[in-house]
Amino acid sequence: MKFVDEFREPEVITMTAEEIRRLADPNRHYRIMEVCGGHTHAIYRFGLKDLLPSNIELIHGPGCPVCVLPMGRIDDGLSIAQDPNVIFAAFGDMMRVPGTLGSPLEHKARGMDVRIVYSPTDALKLAEKNPDKHVMFFAIGFETTAPSTALTLMRAKALGVHNFSVFCNHVTIIPAIRAILDSPDMRLDGFIGPGHVSTVIGCRPYEWIAKNENKPVAVSGFEPLDILQGIVMVLRQLRDDEAKIENQYKRVVPWEGNSAALRAMAEVFELRPYFEWRGLGFISQSALRIKDSYAEWDSEQRFEVPGVRVTDPKAAQCGEVLKGVLKPHQCKLFAKECTPEHPIGALMVSSEGSCAAYFNYEHRKTAMLTSIASVA
Amino acid sequence: MRSVLQLRTPQNGNADQHSVGGMKFAVNSAVAVNSAANDSSNSSPKVRFREPQIEMAHGAGGKASRRLVEGLFAPLLFASSLEPLGDAAFVDFNGVKIAITTDSFVVKPLSFPGGSIGELAVNGTVNDLAVSGARAEAMVVTYVLEAGLPTPVLEAEVRAMGNAARKAGVKITGGDTKVVEHGKADSMYITTTGIGRPLLGLKIDPRSVRPGDKILLSGPIGDHGITILLARGELDLEADLHSDTRSVFPLVEALVNAAGPGVRWMRDPTRGGVATSLNELARDCGCGIVLAEEAIPVRDAVRGACELLGLDPLHIANEGQFLAVVSPEYADAALNALNLAPGGEDAKVIGEVREQPCGAVLVTTLYGGSRIIDMLVGDPLPRIC
Repeated sequence: MKFVDEFREPEVITMTAEEIRRLADPNRHYRIMEVCGGHTHAIYRFGLKDLLPSNIELIHGPGCPVCVLPMGRIDDGLSIAQDPNVIFAAFGDMMRVPGTLGSPLEHKARGMDVRIVYSPTDALKLAEKNPDKHVMFFAIGFETTAPSTALTLMRAKALGVHNFSVFCNHVTIIPAIRAILDSPDMRLDGFIGPGHVSTVIGCRPYEWIAKNENKPVAVSGFEPLDILQGIVMVLRQLRDDEAKIENQYKRVVPWEGNSAALRAMAEVFELRPYFEWRGLGFISQSALRIKDSYAEWDSEQRFEVPGVRVTDPKAAQCGEVLKGVLKPHQCKLFAKECTPEHPIGALMVSSEGSCAAYFNYEHRKTAMLTSIASVA
Repeated sequence: MRSVLQLRTPQNGNADQHSVGGMKFAVNSAVAVNSAANDSSNSSPKVRFREPQIEMAHGAGGKASRRLVEGLFAPLLFASSLEPLGDAAFVDFNGVKIAITTDSFVVKPLSFPGGSIGELAVNGTVNDLAVSGARAEAMVVTYVLEAGLPTPVLEAEVRAMGNAARKAGVKITGGDTKVVEHGKADSMYITTTGIGRPLLGLKIDPRSVRPGDKILLSGPIGDHGITILLARGELDLEADLHSDTRSVFPLVEALVNAAGPGVRWMRDPTRGGVATSLNELARDCGCGIVLAEEAIPVRDAVRGACELLGLDPLHIANEGQFLAVVSPEYADAALNALNLAPGGEDAKVIGEVREQPCGAVLVTTLYGGSRIIDMLVGDPLPRIC
């Protein structure tokens, strides 16, 4: 399959893994953060950790939009959809994310009209097809999905579709990276930079990470070879005592980003003064709200929103895992109270969350290898 | 509590000879009777299912379904819940052994490229019998129809069932019809119950599976699940795909003729896909299943859709494939027989049974990475952001 198989070619992957072993100084420990949930998922799905020397530690970053969404936002969205005239539309990613009274799927089983859509424009079509209902699109995602929400709102306005609104939870990646770098217990050597987000924002917004924080960044794709090449780039910079932004994902990411997408976002969204991130707390100017000129299509302005705040259970150490201070299995609740079927913390919810990825693909493997080792 | 207070006397080996059996949770009733006698000092069956209500995930064939079956149905319906759960039950009538199974079909849309609910309803039950090592002989059918269902739609499905039954060589001998109010069902539901004659010289039991055994797969996976996903028209994607629905009995028969004594286990990986079936096997046999990713046949269109939607082909439903575990000395003969049988050209050995990882399924890649693949939790959902 084009654009997939060539990035999974065993020979090239083996060669790249060898290069990583050559570049890694055995007397040094490397901590590299992969920012995207998509990277985390790929690292586990393709078993890439098996290919890396033990002194390269991959730290899973905050780039999983489902994981960083506070539970109160889900409760707010679902409370609007309690109205039988409202259809709750969202990406498949959201469907199993629990609110206080259950996930959207569980609400659907109890009778709520919940629809999975592949794109926000599908939600708009749904509104056009159901003129007697109100369709609320529960929007999540970083800059990757925000432009399509923006374009959908522009189209809704142009077409005059009034039974459609967006419950906007879009967040931006840079403040999250900054929050992580500002955290005192954080020691990172470099970043595998976000792939999909960068197709929109380009590579320039990361320049401060190299300049001010002196950390290398390699914006990378999501195939096994992409991620390994990203690691090679970071290791080379560290070897040469350099810090710059490199673009491994050139086949998709333009250096300057996608100006049409950025224009659409600027037309529809503005920054919220602050927004709560699950695990990270309140971060200023880290999320998007719908501008007043689109107020009619803003669910938060159209409907009564309870504004629920739900704090995560104290025992869940999501914040520490999200910042890379703890590994998923080092959390007290991991695989005990907190599993993908009954997630307590956010990172166990999405398959891109580091806890869920670790649980699904790695947990029992590690347990098994430890048991073999202890027998030997 | 009851047992502590001794408020209830234990039931003695009085279990129904014609005990309940069904898709994914049938037990061998002859054995069940014996175990019940052994367990007779025990108290009332223990219901372990504690979830407050039934969710969609309980019907999706993955972990939640298993909890429901093992935690609620098995303890209350079966004389013993110690037996591994199979696709069909075997009942002994004075020395004559027959296989029995039942399956309900709830599909949206009713028809899709490559098949329809009627065809699925016949093939699904034929296949549950086939992978239990039995040739489907007779079948009864129940229709639950929603008032307002256009007659031509019903007629098309009944016709499809007749054709599929003739093709599979099974007689439909009776049935029942219920009509429910408009809005109380989704067009139509079909339940088929089949009985079959066990193939001779075959002993299928997951507990007989040993390290070193080979895992065979009859053909490319994921066609049915992805076809249905696309046919729902919600994703705005199209592909040249059709459901793989068919009777797998001819392939099973070819396999058994060539390698009967070496066949230890078979399963048709319907909902929950290959990953779920093999995880069940891993648990039941207490061994590890190690798959070679590159050996697993997947069509490009299915792979493409899975890549795009963030799904794993190993979790996608099939309606015309089956998995078999064959002892190593019979593996070549088994694969050969499958490859020579019509429709088995793409059969492959996809992995083997090992001691580790105990009770789990590990997928290895050509470049040396590996991952554990678990049962599906709920339905596969597309990932977008």
